[in-house]
Amino acid sequence: MSHATGLQYLKKGVLPHMWCSGCGVGVMLGALVRSFEELGYERKDTVVVTGIGCTGKTDDYLVTNALHTTHGRALAYATGIKAFNPKLHVVVLMGDGDSVTIGGNHFLHAARRNMDLTAIIINNFNFGMTGGQFSGTTPADAITQTSIYGNAERQLDISALAELAGANYVARGTPYHVWELKTNIKEALSKKGFSVVEIYSPCPTHFGKNNKMKEATAMLQWLKESGLPVEKYNSLEKSARKGFFAVGKLVDREEPDFNTRYEEIRRRAMNLKV
Amino acid sequence: MAKRVGMEVAIAVAEAVGQCNIDMAAVYPITPQSHIGEHLSDLVADGRIDAEFITVESEHSAISAVIGASGTGARVYTATSSQGLMLMHEILPIASAMRLPIVMGIANRAVSGPLNILNDHSDTMPQRDSGWISIFVENGQEAIDMTIQSFKIAEHKDVNLPICVNIDGFQLTHMVESVEFPDQEMVNKFLPPREPFATLHPSKPLTMGAFAMADYFTEIMKAKNEALKNSKKVILAVWEEWARMFGRTYKPVEAYKTDGAETLVLTMGSMGETAEMAIDELRAEGLSVGLVKLRLWRPFPFAEIRDVLKNAKKVLVTDRAVSFGGPGGPVFSEIKSALYNERVRPAIYNYIIGLGGRDVPVTDFVSMIKKVVQDAGENADTYEFLGVRE
Repeated sequence: MSHATGLQYLKKGVLPHMWCSGCGVGVMLGALVRSFEELGYERKDTVVVTGIGCTGKTDDYLVTNALHTTHGRALAYATGIKAFNPKLHVVVLMGDGDSVTIGGNHFLHAARRNMDLTAIIINNFNFGMTGGQFSGTTPADAITQTSIYGNAERQLDISALAELAGANYVARGTPYHVWELKTNIKEALSKKGFSVVEIYSPCPTHFGKNNKMKEATAMLQWLKESGLPVEKYNSLEKSARKGFFAVGKLVDREEPDFNTRYEEIRRRAMNLKV
Repeated sequence: MAKRVGMEVAIAVAEAVGQCNIDMAAVYPITPQSHIGEHLSDLVADGRIDAEFITVESEHSAISAVIGASGTGARVYTATSSQGLMLMHEILPIASAMRLPIVMGIANRAVSGPLNILNDHSDTMPQRDSGWISIFVENGQEAIDMTIQSFKIAEHKDVNLPICVNIDGFQLTHMVESVEFPDQEMVNKFLPPREPFATLHPSKPLTMGAFAMADYFTEIMKAKNEALKNSKKVILAVWEEWARMFGRTYKPVEAYKTDGAETLVLTMGSMGETAEMAIDELRAEGLSVGLVKLRLWRPFPFAEIRDVLKNAKKVLVTDRAVSFGGPGGPVFSEIKSALYNERVRPAIYNYIIGLGGRDVPVTDFVSMIKKVVQDAGENADTYEFLGVRE
């Protein structure tokens, strides 16, 4: 049996990529292009929207339509694309800085509006591109370039936020659980409405270096040991969940997406049959 | 006694801020500014300075947070670059309208798009009319000195305005230079604690940022303009005091080998030192050329510019940004405007150079200046993108 490679979606001659060894962005890119292939996406009907940061560089390697935007605003641009041309597959690739730190407001409203977009978020717990300062998802007490004695702020849970704000689909993956990651990305892409795949991702260069996981393998080991399948995680007493996180599909619901609702209202306003 | 050290300029800027007894800083990371914020956070974390440091969730929040803190009477600092500065844009005129003495370091970087991280002045130029004092530094020492001076200027009772210190990104921020830090006791003497004109304080409530319609808006704009124009007196006085205390002299417009020069080239920022080398070379060849370095961008030093250019036959203005669809670069426009009412005016030329980090070596300055020297006048009043491929 042959497996999808997704090579046809990658630009020729641009590899090797710019990410550090041990980074999770490349694993996400691999899972994404394989998903594209398995779903039969075509270059012309797919738009990848990126922001700024390490994850924001992903479009450099893709031959799909790409819109490389400003820091934190990728979802706002993507909203415009989807509102006007709902036939396009719109995939938004962001880091934790783009998605929930500088761009947190757009994330809330894309989920609330239930835009038919797929947000794939590399959460590496710090601002990697600028040298490893703490972000909105840096764990409390973690050491970063701007919290050398520990982070005084609390960590934002991207998946929980997506659920609360109204996303139709939410999953969490890691580059260690690479097969499951592709499955979740495919489900997210196929889902109507706002879908989110949060990827806990290693950044040995900055986050790992400062938090006793200097080697890429140490970060993967951490993801392997702390990431539990959703059912297993949920079966634990709340007090026993500390230090672990759920991997897999977290939310799956069928609320009507923005374009459907918009069409409904339009038809109502024109006295057409809903 | 002040000691000479080798230090990266961004780090040196943070150290200089650390000498100023600040109360609060809010910074969001962005290349090439990030080292300023990082080092400031170290200074605070290590207890070397007694201040609050917040890495907020965006530059928009950074400038908003320092406005809040400054409003309560704190001495505040922020720093940014490029897109970060563009994101702050909405808030900049509010800071000056509230007359808050915020000091901001700008590690100048090209504005998107296309996305670029290297140096030019396209980030700071759109902020020109925000009502901030704006200064350009040429090297690491100036970055230190002007950062410290800025607090004194901004907080002066006759100023009460925000001020930005423009430091060329990478070309300056990431260079290790030989710099000298002023003695801390001398800095304390030079820069006493802030005495705010008004503060948000529970015992004496007031409103900042109140609503004003057509009945008052014009008057408030005029008042802000007067304040900015008047700040020049204070800037000059602070620079004089600095010269007396620390031995380094600063002027709004610096002249280098301008005596008797027929052709003058004008720069702003770190390229001044490159241009100096070109002038030395051309002088050695016997050409009558000199250099003018514009340090004070706002308030614009009209009188000083007229004075330094009055005997020149030709002036070559270099710009590090484009005024799209305009008459040339933004500095060029300003210089022309300053000279409009003069009875005898030099022919004026404009080169737009060093965009998005493109290197401008001494040889480029030499060829630009030579071209202007040899021009019979037919290219005067025009602008050109240096070395552009078409």
